[in-house]
Amino acid sequence: MHELSLCQSIVELIEEQASVQAFEKVTRVCLEIGALSCVEPEALAFGFDLSTRGSVAEGATLDIVNVPATAWCFGCNRTVDIAQRGDDCPLCSSARLHVTGGEELRVKELEVV
Amino acid sequence: MCTVCGCAETGDQGHAHHHEHAHSHEHEHDHSHAHPHDHEHTHPHHHGHSHSHGHVHAHAHAHAHSHDHDHDHDHDHDHAHSHSHYHDHAHSHSHAQVHGPAGRAGAEPSLDCGAGPAGVEVAGVSQRRLVEIETNILARNDAIAEGNRQRLEADGVLALNLVSSPGSGKTTLLVDTIRRLGAEGVAVIEGDQQTANDARRIRETGVPALQVNTGKGCHLDASMVERALPQVSPPGLGLLFIENVGNLVCPAGFDLGEDAKVVILSVTEGEDKPLKYPHMFAAASLMLLSKVDLAPHVDFDMDACEAYARRINPELEILRLSATSGEGMDAWLEWIDARREALRQRALARARQHLAMLEQR
Repeated sequence: MHELSLCQSIVELIEEQASVQAFEKVTRVCLEIGALSCVEPEALAFGFDLSTRGSVAEGATLDIVNVPATAWCFGCNRTVDIAQRGDDCPLCSSARLHVTGGEELRVKELEVV
Repeated sequence: MCTVCGCAETGDQGHAHHHEHAHSHEHEHDHSHAHPHDHEHTHPHHHGHSHSHGHVHAHAHAHAHSHDHDHDHDHDHDHAHSHSHYHDHAHSHSHAQVHGPAGRAGAEPSLDCGAGPAGVEVAGVSQRRLVEIETNILARNDAIAEGNRQRLEADGVLALNLVSSPGSGKTTLLVDTIRRLGAEGVAVIEGDQQTANDARRIRETGVPALQVNTGKGCHLDASMVERALPQVSPPGLGLLFIENVGNLVCPAGFDLGEDAKVVILSVTEGEDKPLKYPHMFAAASLMLLSKVDLAPHVDFDMDACEAYARRINPELEILRLSATSGEGMDAWLEWIDARREALRQRALARARQHLAMLEQR
């Protein structure tokens, strides 16, 4: 259940931005969450509601953009989509893959008023 | 995605282009590289396009790098591509929106790549505005961890973050390791949700140990270690063991500033744990396959386990050991020694550099 501490980090980050960018209310928070990021979106949404209470982001909607997992395949020399770590290349079945994307855990943008 | 024009509620429905530009270059020289570049350009204009340009340079060659660029651009689109692409998309991005933080009339559009957050507004369309953040959620933890790392490395202190499931025998292994190493110059940070039992066991070996109770927390984070360090910091060139909360999931994501994560998996667990909890095995530098003295009595295929682990992390080093029989303990101590020496050399090189800088006039 480290989603809750991630949510607390998100709120800290937003509060910091609120003073830097001079906004008082956040109406939407957009996150990019990679498929390999070890985060359960549902738990994140639950933690988000709890963590934002009393903050500038209270009541904000949470948008989660899922970023697919990608890997470079040394067998077919190209980037391929994978479902999880340890998967073989979906094209050539090679096991020689290097994960290149899907670990994102980012606050992408905020909609503020 | 956008309240201004109402386009793309989510990334899925938005303008998400994934271009695979395949370039074939002929080089005059002999050696060449395969660069899996994965450029992710994020443009903070009001359409919320997410472009993922996968430039694939395919060259015949002997070695391969894997670059993972994450560029956060805030720019006007004025691409002048002079590459010949296999596909026949013609992109002509010419965005006429006003880029610039709200409330700053006449602000120049920023061309600053990957710099801090930028405000974006489409003037006259909506009072709401979008603020690009593009910040890693764990950025704060990572920054504190980096501070810990620099502090430890400057003193030549090797910090190892020991992670495993509950009950894998981390503490027993640690106690035995300290007995073999000798207590001098060693310190331990013990992470558990509750009780100071483990720190007490460690202190019996004569080593200073600080218990960090995380309460409901499922992992140690960098600030806990930052706060613990002044109380348990080992002397210069010492060794700091950080025994994380028994959990194969959450501690994987939290950098503490350690030199390496060491994951311990005992033969009384399932041999497929590397596949079940891949993040931890991907994050670790060393796997200790422990309690191997029990291997004849349990149904655990050590070779299969190692193959699973290497499948997740091809660079993972693996040692088999048993604190009870002593098997493999020497190799583990040698691994620690090699790691300490490498760290010492790095600290030395940096100190020399620093000295040279100070001597310059």
